[in-house]
Amino acid sequence: MKKMSVDDKLGINKFYPDEHNPHIEIDPDFKDEREIMRVVKACPAELYKYENGQVIFNHEGCLECGTCRVVSGGKVVRVWHYPVGSMGIEYRQG
Amino acid sequence: MSDDRFDAIIVGAGLAGSTAALTLAKAGMEVLVVERGNWAGAKNVSGGRLYGHALEKIIPGFASEAPIERKITKERISLMTETAATTIEYNDEDMRREETASYSVLRSKFDKWLAEKAEAEGAMFVTGIHADEMIVRDGKVCGVKAGDEEMEADVVILADGVNSPLAQSLGMKKELAQDQTAVGVKEVIGLDEKVISDRFGVAPGEGCAWMMAGFPSDGGIGGACLYTNKDSLSLAVVLTASEIGNSEYSVPQLLERVKQHPTIAPLIEDGKLLEYSAHLVTEGGYNMIPTLYRDGVLLAGDAANMVINIAYTVRGMDFAIESGRLAAETIIKAKEKGDFSASTLSSYKTMLDNSFVMRDMMHHARAPKLMEHKEIFTKYPVMAKEVFSEMFTIDGNPRRHLMKFAMPALKKSGGIFKLAGIGMDALKAL
Repeated sequence: MKKMSVDDKLGINKFYPDEHNPHIEIDPDFKDEREIMRVVKACPAELYKYENGQVIFNHEGCLECGTCRVVSGGKVVRVWHYPVGSMGIEYRQG
Repeated sequence: MSDDRFDAIIVGAGLAGSTAALTLAKAGMEVLVVERGNWAGAKNVSGGRLYGHALEKIIPGFASEAPIERKITKERISLMTETAATTIEYNDEDMRREETASYSVLRSKFDKWLAEKAEAEGAMFVTGIHADEMIVRDGKVCGVKAGDEEMEADVVILADGVNSPLAQSLGMKKELAQDQTAVGVKEVIGLDEKVISDRFGVAPGEGCAWMMAGFPSDGGIGGACLYTNKDSLSLAVVLTASEIGNSEYSVPQLLERVKQHPTIAPLIEDGKLLEYSAHLVTEGGYNMIPTLYRDGVLLAGDAANMVINIAYTVRGMDFAIESGRLAAETIIKAKEKGDFSASTLSSYKTMLDNSFVMRDMMHHARAPKLMEHKEIFTKYPVMAKEVFSEMFTIDGNPRRHLMKFAMPALKKSGGIFKLAGIGMDALKAL
């Protein structure tokens, strides 16, 4: 199989995006690069980026696993919820 | 008090939730299942193997009607380096017996079927509804809130999965500890049914379960697993959360790397990605079991951290089914007494302790400690490669006795006493 980017993989999944309602909130002022990079490397959907000394997050494409919350231990991820009912990822295989 | 009062509310239509619903509905109880996905199974993911015995007790012969993928008749365990794999393969006629059989499953399909079985018995499912909060009065759980909607019952079963924000909100379950929790990322790769049977050397309807250590987690505590489905493969990488950041590779990169490994690449050749998923796996075992009951509430399945990783297999689905059944049995008895206090519900824990769930979890209580021996993931795959490489390489160069090359390889990976020590730990944990 050819190499695939995570973006392309997410493109195959079925989502009901809740664009204006982020279910995860991060601390944009959190600065510890090492901790940020752990969350960046942890997220299966690559939704965390570290750019110009800052953590950037986009909730669309979230696989709702909870890894970022567990890895960051309350530091990078401030609030973690599931999306509201019926929104977000819909697994067809599982 | 709201008008919609149920005997029991179950949060989460996974294996634990739907099994509990099925058991309660069969006993004639009014039961409501609240599921945040648009249908039962829409949010559910697992590695891929269900040991059938627990469900067999509830629905005898279930495999003939349920959407199982393949019956597992071949086990593989590999220690991998970047270029090599040292593999043990096991198969036996006995694996085909219904009483001991295990099956590869895809949970979105399987859980949908199980929920329909519960529905057919009279359980009510509301889907696309996220239970946001617990209703607690005088310390007793009385129901759940979803948006403005309040739903009440004599008792609530939280079967809302590994994160279980509701069990955490009640203080019954702590936040998942990094060193006790792993992330799993999985691809379901579509392939022709016959191609899969041919590539894995299995008969139609039969399949392979495969655990891999070493290269897949880049030496971290973790590994990869592969399960053959009917016309797809489930290929996943698992890595303990506290290990993330130690490797130069990110978690999604680790999975991509396994797909390119010379052992795996030809097996997935021409495959088509059908889905990319992720899920947390609790690995703390018995020592991670949370508070299982309180006034008016019980925890079951993943919400209760009922998973064990014992290297050669990972189990959770049969625990989820059994705990769902026992939670329901507890509630049926509590209903007869008309008492849903913690003291009555404590029989749930007694029943679990006497069942294979806690017996097996306790039996393998040392397994998490065994996994802390990093040699298993770093040095031993290399040692195996070095020994077998010299054994199997014949190129006209002078041959050396096994002793001459096996001993240095062993020494390099920590020595014979280290290996014996880990071996002893393994004997005690597995």
